[in-house]
Amino acid sequence: MSQDSSDSLLEVENLQVHFPVKEGVFSRAKRFCKAVDDVSFSIKPGETLGLVGESGCGKSTLGKAICRLLKPTSGKIRFEGDNIEALKKSELRPFRRDMQIIFQDPAESLNGRHTVGEILEEPFVIQKIGNSQQRKDKIKSLLDKVGLPRSSIEKYPFEFSGGQRQRIGIARAISLEPKLIVCDEPVSALDVSVQSQILNLMMDLQKEMNISYLFIAHDLSVVRVISDRIAVMYLGKFVELAEGDELFQNPLHEYTKALISAIPVPRPGFKKERIILRGDVPSPIDPPPGCYFARRSPIEVSEDVASQPGEYKEVNSGHWVEVHPATVRDYDRYS
Amino acid sequence: MGESTTILSVSDLVTGFQTDAGQVVAVDGVSFDLEQGKTLGIVGESGCGKSVTAMSIMRLLPQPAGQILGGSVLYNSEDLVQAPDERMRVIRGSEIGMIFQEPMTALNPVHRVGRQLSETLLLHEDLSKKDAWERSVELLEMVGIPSPEVRVGEYPHQLSGGMRQRVVIAIALACNPRVVIADEPTTALDVTVQAQILDLIKSLQDRLGMSVIMITHDLGVIAETCDDVVVMYAGRVAERGPIDAIFNNPQHLYTKGLMDAIPKIDSPRKQKLNTIEGSVPGLAEMPTGARFAPRSWHPQIQDYLDSEEFKTTRPELVQIGENHWVEDCPYVRVF
Repeated sequence: MSQDSSDSLLEVENLQVHFPVKEGVFSRAKRFCKAVDDVSFSIKPGETLGLVGESGCGKSTLGKAICRLLKPTSGKIRFEGDNIEALKKSELRPFRRDMQIIFQDPAESLNGRHTVGEILEEPFVIQKIGNSQQRKDKIKSLLDKVGLPRSSIEKYPFEFSGGQRQRIGIARAISLEPKLIVCDEPVSALDVSVQSQILNLMMDLQKEMNISYLFIAHDLSVVRVISDRIAVMYLGKFVELAEGDELFQNPLHEYTKALISAIPVPRPGFKKERIILRGDVPSPIDPPPGCYFARRSPIEVSEDVASQPGEYKEVNSGHWVEVHPATVRDYDRYS
Repeated sequence: MGESTTILSVSDLVTGFQTDAGQVVAVDGVSFDLEQGKTLGIVGESGCGKSVTAMSIMRLLPQPAGQILGGSVLYNSEDLVQAPDERMRVIRGSEIGMIFQEPMTALNPVHRVGRQLSETLLLHEDLSKKDAWERSVELLEMVGIPSPEVRVGEYPHQLSGGMRQRVVIAIALACNPRVVIADEPTTALDVTVQAQILDLIKSLQDRLGMSVIMITHDLGVIAETCDDVVVMYAGRVAERGPIDAIFNNPQHLYTKGLMDAIPKIDSPRKQKLNTIEGSVPGLAEMPTGARFAPRSWHPQIQDYLDSEEFKTTRPELVQIGENHWVEDCPYVRVF
């Protein structure tokens, strides 16, 4: 399932991350939580791939696995052609420069006992880059880049507002001029007026430095603005992936349609058809057999059909979708 | 305004908190009317005082730090600010119900769902324990929980987030209150679940005829649910009016800025969003004049910021259309 990968920065193939579920104190794990279950995609240089899905769908786990903050259970992760899925911690160090991560809550990911200057200097120290003066100059230019005053160097994270702290998080992430940044819900904790500032900053930095983003969020409108292509994840699997406008104008998977229809539109009197899903998201531990979504889909199918797996494939150029009688309206056309 | 259908009327409400650094005023002279059977939205960013307003109405401010310093909350011509504690205990639940943001913290984890519902019923209504338990099952059924006779005996952790929020709604509605205050009722939920909960609140409102105060930071939720809107900024009302006026003809720069800053489902891809520069001033450093002025982009704003008027005079609200009021300061008004 390789997807035109010749010019890709990152290629992920059949990635799986399974967590053992332990029962009792001494017993060995018999069951597994399939947080990421057979996911394949690629990201080109300078591209943003948006990743949406509801809580528990495995999107954060996928982000962490790509940065190798987690060891995948199986599958391949190629970064600029090098396989990194099995590398040891020491072997990963050179790749860490090129791959960074930004978290949702900058208050938790920044060390509160360090000044902003110390926080921003750390990556250079770890990677042994420059002398003290060069680092200082570099930090000043980083602060300029993310729109923080240079006087911030002496301050501690708690002295900043949420939006400013996220700017510090971004400054740290871009300090070593990475090629890929995994952004895990970077604006979810921010107020709208600040959220737009941060999104604009991220788009500017991308243009300037040709960074690729894997942008993880639950808010489809946010993802739409910043992404080139968007992937929709459900219970550990990609169910649809397409170029942004295509996904919104021509969603094929019933889950994608339901997500889009659920977004409250800030326009009074705006009427739209809302697709209501049955039941709740099943547990990723022992998910139902076959197509995970079939039992919630508005297209009702028999249990026999539901227990057959769907097929994730490219149905139009660049438009991938899980094809199953319960997931797409025009099953015969796509199967 | 002032028609006989007003069920709850808040006027010049001032609420402050005692802190180590002295008293800070979180809600500074807020006024609005809730009409019978309608939904009033209070929208604003974190720290604008919307939740403190709700807590003041319910008299649930953290004690002893939080105090109502002035103004009135008239419910059926009874001033809740002056009401004795015993009277408030009756009003809470049986007259005014409250739906909280985080169902996991609003529910008691060690009690069965049925016990928590019964508790409210037994407190306010003359029922036997058995009747209260049966009524609990009915309430769970009313809020759309499948197999309520089973769920009533379960603990909160056994329910999904959406189901827990349904339980919180059931508790709020247990004694048929005439007013329901919903404080960010869907913020902690996934978008598909949020849509279900908003639909549920709406349909219960149609059926039971209650009036709702919907507190949220999400303009989409406001547009989908509300008849009237209060836009709060830094503890004060910036603008208030009927939903159409606020969305289609916003007159305060903050309202307009907020509308323009949200990514919309049809926003163009990879294009910069509008922003409001700066951030909300801290509670201790609130200006006397128009609080939005330091972030205003009015061409003559500097003149106002330098003026004596900004230092000494608080702008009042002025009526500019039917029930449409806005802060009377040209420098923060749409120009």
